[in-house]
Amino acid sequence: MESIDLFSSLWAYLQSYDFIALLLKLIFILIIGPGLVPIMVWLERRGSAMIQGRMGPNRVGPLGLLQALADVLKFFAKEPFVPGTANKFYYNLAPIIAAVAPLAAFAAIPFGGTVLFDGYETNLQLSNLNIGILAALAFAGLEVYPIMLAGWASNNKYAVLGALRGASQMISYEIAMGLALIAMFLIYGTVDMNQMVAWQGESLFGILPRWGLFVNPLAAMIFLIGIFAETNRMPFDLPEGDAELVAGYHVEYGSTKFAMFFFAEYVAMSMAAALFVTLFLGGYGLLPGMEALAQYLAQVFQLEALGLHNLKTFLGVGSFLMKLCFMLFFYIWVRWTVPRFRFDQLMNLGWRILLPIGLVNLVFTAIAIYFIGSSL
Amino acid sequence: MTIVVARHEKISDRFYLVALAQGLVVTMKQMLRSLFGKGIVTIEYPEKRREYSQRFRGAHFISVDSKKTENCTACYLCQTVCPADCITIVAGERDAATSEYGVKKEKRPLSFDIDALRCCFCGFCEEACPKDAIKLSRSYEMATLTREEAQYDLKFLVREVKDRG
Repeated sequence: MESIDLFSSLWAYLQSYDFIALLLKLIFILIIGPGLVPIMVWLERRGSAMIQGRMGPNRVGPLGLLQALADVLKFFAKEPFVPGTANKFYYNLAPIIAAVAPLAAFAAIPFGGTVLFDGYETNLQLSNLNIGILAALAFAGLEVYPIMLAGWASNNKYAVLGALRGASQMISYEIAMGLALIAMFLIYGTVDMNQMVAWQGESLFGILPRWGLFVNPLAAMIFLIGIFAETNRMPFDLPEGDAELVAGYHVEYGSTKFAMFFFAEYVAMSMAAALFVTLFLGGYGLLPGMEALAQYLAQVFQLEALGLHNLKTFLGVGSFLMKLCFMLFFYIWVRWTVPRFRFDQLMNLGWRILLPIGLVNLVFTAIAIYFIGSSL
Repeated sequence: MTIVVARHEKISDRFYLVALAQGLVVTMKQMLRSLFGKGIVTIEYPEKRREYSQRFRGAHFISVDSKKTENCTACYLCQTVCPADCITIVAGERDAATSEYGVKKEKRPLSFDIDALRCCFCGFCEEACPKDAIKLSRSYEMATLTREEAQYDLKFLVREVKDRG
């Protein structure tokens, strides 16, 4: 009897509104997370080509859009080779963690407000956790493990050196990032990302939107530099160094496992960009001018309060994606502008410049909030 | 000996962010120029080719007269001058009585082989030739799938090459 109850309750859950909403959100996350990767790869190649006065790949499909697909097919067709001296378990585990951790972090990031449908209110966020952004950060922090595991398990000098660099770089920049974040927590007074977005929805001095970027530009800058270092992007792509380390920690990886590292790198980039957007660019808050657009559309289509709310949510998802795409473009833009750092310069920047600035910023923010309150 | 180069950095240079912003502007400008098709300096190779100088020394050919007969008289000057030793000529004769050229072009190459893999494209053969027969064209697409294909014989060399290719 019990098992029948279990099945029927499970069946009831599967037909419930909650489950369908969850499924749709999951699909959306899986589209904007991994789905952005081929677009990013394409944009990276064509964008870099344009910045360097070249044309870039334009043979596979229209405008070369299918180039990423061709690359993936190539990776999957290759022989999955495992070096004989590698530790098989950790060698195989590393790319799995690398691919899963940033995707899991996406679950905690809200990509829209609430949808009102048939009496239900649905948060456009896969899981609205109480610890909010800390969950996303915890998963983002996991990204250092695949690098260490891959480097150590490969049993290769280059890989170990690359992993060493990657680990020390990510850990040192996490501190500065954390300090910038604490300053933002003080300002927002919460770790719940939905409340942060709501806080940023107001306007500052009546002209600017009250985004974290304008409220505390120093923290935004530290965090921005930090995410470049965290995701091993161009001025800080020290774990890989063609000249001195070959490919760094993933030098012994080929075929699908390399593709997973490659994929993970780009998902981690979009995840970090989504974090930056939520914290400093108003998240899914409407872009300036969209409020008026929503009112205008509501008048044209004669929407009621409910329809207007859903329309605003839809536009909010649109503005979140627009901000996200701008950040992703910014990654590429910076990559092809800035030459890379030397490793000692990188460590200097992290420990001797960003860390003190982060501390000063934190103390200053705390004092400012004590005197003027978080009302601003 | 170490040479110490003094770098006069302003305060703004040491902050790096100003320079970074300037760099971002430069790359964005170039990107927009490329987007509208102005700044692109590369060409799409198989469809478009670069026009090389008339003096470019590429794949060999032997010039022919109006009756498609090679101008070479197998004098061996090119074979003698060739520093890479890649030309091999076997001389023969046309019967002056039956040939339409008479005593002209009586001597002719039976075979004329060039080992393009040995050739250093110095152009000495071209300079040595008294009949302007052997020449280097402007064609630079000389890649082959086998070594044998890079051994140019007389039949290949007398191909039609307009305007030096």
